[in-house]
Amino acid sequence: MSKLLAAGLLALTASVSTAALAEPVKVGMITTLSGGLAGLGIEVRDGFLLALKQSGNKDVQLVIEDDNGEPARAVQLAEKVIKADKVDVLTGILYSNLAMAVVPGVVAQKKFYLSPNAGPSPLAGAKCSPFYFNVSWQNDAMHEAMGNHANEAGYKKMFILAPNYPAGTDALRGFKRFYKGELAGELYTKLGQTDYAAEIAQIRASGADAVYFFLPGDMSIAFMKQYKQAGVTIPVTGPGFSLDQDVLGAMGDIALGVKNTSQWSEDLDNPANKTFVDGFRAEYKRRPSIYASQGYDTANLLLSAVAKASVKDGAAFRAALEAADFKSVRGSFRFGVNHHPIQDVYVREVVKVDGARTNKLVGKTFTAHQDAYVKDCKM
Amino acid sequence: MSSALLVEQILNGLQFGVMLFLMAAGLTLVFGVMGLINLAHGSLYMIGAFACAAVAAATGSFWLGLVASLAAAAAAGTLVEVLVIRRLYGRDHLDQVLATFALILIFSEATRWLFGSVPLYLNAPPILSGSIALPGGGQYPVYRLAIILVGIAVALGLWLLISKTRLGMRIRAGENDREMIGALGIDINRLYTIVFALGAALAGLAGAMIGALQSVRVGMGEPVLILAFVVIVIGGIGSIEGALVGALIVGVVDTLGRILLPQLFGAVLGPAQGALVGGAVAAMLIYVVMALVLAFKPRGLFTGSA
Repeated sequence: MSKLLAAGLLALTASVSTAALAEPVKVGMITTLSGGLAGLGIEVRDGFLLALKQSGNKDVQLVIEDDNGEPARAVQLAEKVIKADKVDVLTGILYSNLAMAVVPGVVAQKKFYLSPNAGPSPLAGAKCSPFYFNVSWQNDAMHEAMGNHANEAGYKKMFILAPNYPAGTDALRGFKRFYKGELAGELYTKLGQTDYAAEIAQIRASGADAVYFFLPGDMSIAFMKQYKQAGVTIPVTGPGFSLDQDVLGAMGDIALGVKNTSQWSEDLDNPANKTFVDGFRAEYKRRPSIYASQGYDTANLLLSAVAKASVKDGAAFRAALEAADFKSVRGSFRFGVNHHPIQDVYVREVVKVDGARTNKLVGKTFTAHQDAYVKDCKM
Repeated sequence: MSSALLVEQILNGLQFGVMLFLMAAGLTLVFGVMGLINLAHGSLYMIGAFACAAVAAATGSFWLGLVASLAAAAAAGTLVEVLVIRRLYGRDHLDQVLATFALILIFSEATRWLFGSVPLYLNAPPILSGSIALPGGGQYPVYRLAIILVGIAVALGLWLLISKTRLGMRIRAGENDREMIGALGIDINRLYTIVFALGAALAGLAGAMIGALQSVRVGMGEPVLILAFVVIVIGGIGSIEGALVGALIVGVVDTLGRILLPQLFGAVLGPAQGALVGGAVAAMLIYVVMALVLAFKPRGLFTGSA
């Protein structure tokens, strides 16, 4: 009996000591998995899960919650995963309005937050936090890149439009920060609007030489279809996240040839990206989107920090995250002092490969680009 | 703004209004005849769009898809009426709202389970793509023109159905006095099922036609549903004429507001600020119109029997 007890105790201590070595980390992923905006959340989640699976790391415990795309619900869920599930790290939120509702409360409780898809300007500037890391981009970045590319492409009179909400106004402000030509028109549409007949008629009448639109999710599908149906021939450009895998299938051939800016592309030539793209296609039987690539990078950043430091040791874990010592699918990746990426931004073009629509790289417009808000960050 | 552009924008407003009418007609009919608030009407719109996209993808024919959308929405409507809605006629509106809201969730998640979260591809048929020249130099997409024509045809058909046929007589009788029509020996259950299926088919048709213009995705029906409610509140709940007039008012006011208000504010505040403020005011314009209509005509423009 006593032998059995001793063996049991031995086994117990053994298991305790391995646990202490491996430092399990609890991660709360709050993302949008139901409702009309669910597609992107599924991509972020699947990219994140793929990275965990490929790493073989069993010590990251993931609690996944669905915020329905509603800020109030996201705030409740953040409280729940912190208080009830006792998570150390949060991630997953897709939309800037939800991020602004959730992130300040999370970092105030000294929990780490890794943003896989939203970079509202306050969090990069005045409201930056030692506990907040943005693994995707500051919201303006893709728009600034297209503003820059418009100069390179020789556009002189562009028509720009975006929805009337913080990320939309940020988008056009970002575009104008780099674009040097004049504007043929500037429009803010209603968020969630799916009929753009009136705007397209204005674009046609404006005499613009190119159009830049930022419309998230299915708003971009509606815009592109109606633009082509109206027979307008003015070239269209957009940010990468208005022209990625989540919408290209539904757009069909009308999107072919449209230039867009992105920090990632399926055909970016680096080993990490190849592992990601091949792994994703094998695992989920579909092409990865930009959102999946961001979820994948977020998980790999987390894994790199977990390997270096205990999450209970805030300063060491932060230093490990700041080092960004992981192989990003975008190639070069490092954090600025405001914990936002300093990264290259590429120009892509929508093409058809083997009957499927995807993006191919056509150039690089920014090298080691940093956001404009870093100067306001006192950290 | 040139007059050609104005004509084009008015056509855009009419097209938007006509689409809203297809949604609002079913909603108001169901409320007028059965006294039922059906939040799941947007789901029937979604079912129409998904049926059209799926059949069009499988057969390559948009037209077969359109037929499928009518059939699928009518079938879903019939099924839901017989299984669920029928039990709600005697209940108060809160119960109806709760039950039909549950139906939205069921339909949405079932559609996601069947088709996934990524929007489906559906485009207008080649014969209706491209645009035609308008007198005065403007251009207008053929497909949108076709939607306007279909909408007018449906409005005409509904008017004939309700004012000239026996079924229409029963529907009108049902609106006026439910008990009496039952006492006269008319199978009220069958009438209700037919009306519900008819409303569902119209929603499905709207979903399919708009699906080719916008995107076919889970949850596409709910924003349209909200507008359809605005339409029937403006038009007078239960009134088909009201739904038509309300839909055209909402369509034209919303479209012209989106274009003219940013320019108006732009003239005072400068283009960038005007675009922001004008866009914001335009987004609430139809609700302002609704509030004004309700202030002067609390039961809507055309007072139905409800």
